[in-house]
Amino acid sequence: MDANCTTPDTSLPPALPSGDRPRVVVAMSGGVDSSVAAALLADQGYEVIGVMMRLWNEPANGAATPANRCCTPDQMADARRVADRLNIPFYVIDVRDHFRRAIVQFFIDEHAAGRTPNPCVECNRQIRFTYLLERALALGAGYLATGHYARVRRDAGGFRLLRGVDADKDQSYVLHMLSQAHLAQVLFPIGGYTKTEVRELARAYNLPVAAKQESQDLCFLKDNDYRGFLRRHGDAEPQPGEIVTADGRHLGRHAGLADYTIGQRKGLGIAAAEPLFVVGKDAARNALVVGPRAALAQAQLTARQVNWISGPPAAPIAAAVKIRYKADPVVAQIAPGPDGSAAVQLAEPAYGVTPGQAAVFYDGDVCLGGGIIADEAWEPATPVKELEAR
Amino acid sequence: MTRRTQGNAIYLDHSATTPVHPAVVAAMAPYWSEEYGNPSSHHRTGYAAARAVEGARETFADLLGVAPSAVVFTGCGSESNNLALRGALLTAREAGRGDHLITSAVEHSAVLATARQLRDHFGFALTVLPVDAFGRVRPDDVAAAIRPETALISIMAANNEIGTLQPWAEIGALARERGILFHSDAVQLAAARRWNLAEEPVDLLALAPHKFYGPKGVGVLVVRPGVELLPALTGGGHEGGLRAGTTNVPLVVGAAEAFRLAMVELDERLAHVTPLRDRLLHELPAALPDLCRVTGHPTERLPHHASFALRGLSGNDLLMHLDLAGIAAGSGSACSSGDPKPSAILQATGLGPEWTLGGLRLTLGRQNTAADVDAVLHELPAIVRRLAAVEARFAAPA
Repeated sequence: MDANCTTPDTSLPPALPSGDRPRVVVAMSGGVDSSVAAALLADQGYEVIGVMMRLWNEPANGAATPANRCCTPDQMADARRVADRLNIPFYVIDVRDHFRRAIVQFFIDEHAAGRTPNPCVECNRQIRFTYLLERALALGAGYLATGHYARVRRDAGGFRLLRGVDADKDQSYVLHMLSQAHLAQVLFPIGGYTKTEVRELARAYNLPVAAKQESQDLCFLKDNDYRGFLRRHGDAEPQPGEIVTADGRHLGRHAGLADYTIGQRKGLGIAAAEPLFVVGKDAARNALVVGPRAALAQAQLTARQVNWISGPPAAPIAAAVKIRYKADPVVAQIAPGPDGSAAVQLAEPAYGVTPGQAAVFYDGDVCLGGGIIADEAWEPATPVKELEAR
Repeated sequence: MTRRTQGNAIYLDHSATTPVHPAVVAAMAPYWSEEYGNPSSHHRTGYAAARAVEGARETFADLLGVAPSAVVFTGCGSESNNLALRGALLTAREAGRGDHLITSAVEHSAVLATARQLRDHFGFALTVLPVDAFGRVRPDDVAAAIRPETALISIMAANNEIGTLQPWAEIGALARERGILFHSDAVQLAAARRWNLAEEPVDLLALAPHKFYGPKGVGVLVVRPGVELLPALTGGGHEGGLRAGTTNVPLVVGAAEAFRLAMVELDERLAHVTPLRDRLLHELPAALPDLCRVTGHPTERLPHHASFALRGLSGNDLLMHLDLAGIAAGSGSACSSGDPKPSAILQATGLGPEWTLGGLRLTLGRQNTAADVDAVLHELPAIVRRLAAVEARFAAPA
């Protein structure tokens, strides 16, 4: 790692000595994590500029609107108070259009295609570390900092993305798309701290957000009901279709594929001798595929849009794979394939592999990269019609 | 341990507000804790305060060419506009002189929001006149909009956002011919010319001293004798019964001293700011062909006021970059909450959506220097090109 980096856990390039203060833009949400990130940087002598992205979201829902929703006047006021406390400039930039076009539409399209997207991954890919990073550079900043729980380290092989020190909060999963060029320009000041320590730091810095609750994942919803959101904003009415087993048996009707998630058991409205789970979505036939719990277990998956942070390996490698943000890593063999794909062979089957979610690869604490879990080809052994005709 | 954030090294937002002139600060100084009396009190302490207020009233009266009784002190320019519109219309309706208001699409919100409230909540009829591509109201449009029940015409003297001077005297003359009251929001124009309201066809005129190196928190409404207004603030008989509330003696004294100085220094100030403004108006669009255009009228505009629209950019972003470069500027569509709206003024001049979020206003003052203009001409084109490059990469597919 960088010999200058005397505080390994913070992973910050040291501020330059005397007079020459590197300028850094901190993406501030009004929450405790990004506030402490800004405070740490200011404390270390960076010239810090706080920027909040005003993202698109559904019009508020009165009292039912979650208080921790992003970009609200309250969150803005909190971020501004923190910036005042730190004596740094703070601005709000309007990203509603880009966000609506790139992220919200993606969320709608992916659900329509039968996948379960992770909008945070996509926002990091298409907005935060592209548009916002470019806006930061246009402001003359050398770095963009965020309040993510992850670390960047530099060694002979270039930049590495590391898990955050707090295993529960580690957010390297949603950062797997970062390239070497990104990692040279991003700072994660709180990656070396636990959430508890971050709250303590917030109190020590006397930041007025020390006790705030966590923000919600789907920041653009007016409530926590993404199905309702899709009904209100989707491009087409939900299309009811058939509920089938993998071998083509027809068991009932579903209300629209987006209403269901892989692994879901309740609310299917079908009677069967054994408990049945959603094991897949066959978007081509608009069919919801169900099966016994064992059918949820999957030992292979294909990832697409794969990013290898330090370049793709020449041969298949052993690594741990996370198939969801909150999933435990699973030992796997990963073989880089054509067109940015990777074939992932899990040492033991995982439950609930969900197309649209990210599969992220790790070597210990080092995030190697990752991609998006590809659709499974749902080819029933026997076409449903033939089966019914028998 | 809150430290004060440093202000901008280069202040080019004088249409928003101005620094209080040191001589104004000095003129106000005795009236905080030495001559602290209430001008309504009946003792020598109160009489001293009353004399100060009446002296201030006489200063405004002399410089405006009206009787002292025509000068009403209010709390701000917005309040003056509120009192003019509400007071005149409510009185007119009560007297059976009509219930129709004519104003323009480019008025300050102090007029437009008041006019809309009078329409929506008080049942008045409202005509909002369009403007030409320079932001000017056409007197012919005013004439055509007049109805038998028209009780008030309110057209601003000069626009805050694009600097355009309105043909307000012409419109006022037209109103007078027809016996209709004429109000003008002169908040932006007040210190850019000399006044002789004895010769000018205006019945109500709103001023805001903080736009000419006076204090915030005080406004003036000139009310031609004989014009009846329903009071906006009711209570004691302050300000001829039009505006209840203990008179703010130091601010009123400061307002008058600021106006006196503004008139004394007028020629010098205009000779100073006009060439600086002209450099901005000519050199910025030349440095940014296709990206930058002057908004408002090229010549019939406030002498200290340069305004532009930047294609495809947001005024918010421009102000942020300028701020970090040490330059304080204004915009017609900026806001602190990240959801800028297209400028209604720029829309009214017929500019399309690629321009109406990108308003930029640079308004000069007595302390600006050629070096300040050099700095803007150095920084702004680079900022605009950097921002335009980012936006081009993320633009929606056509």
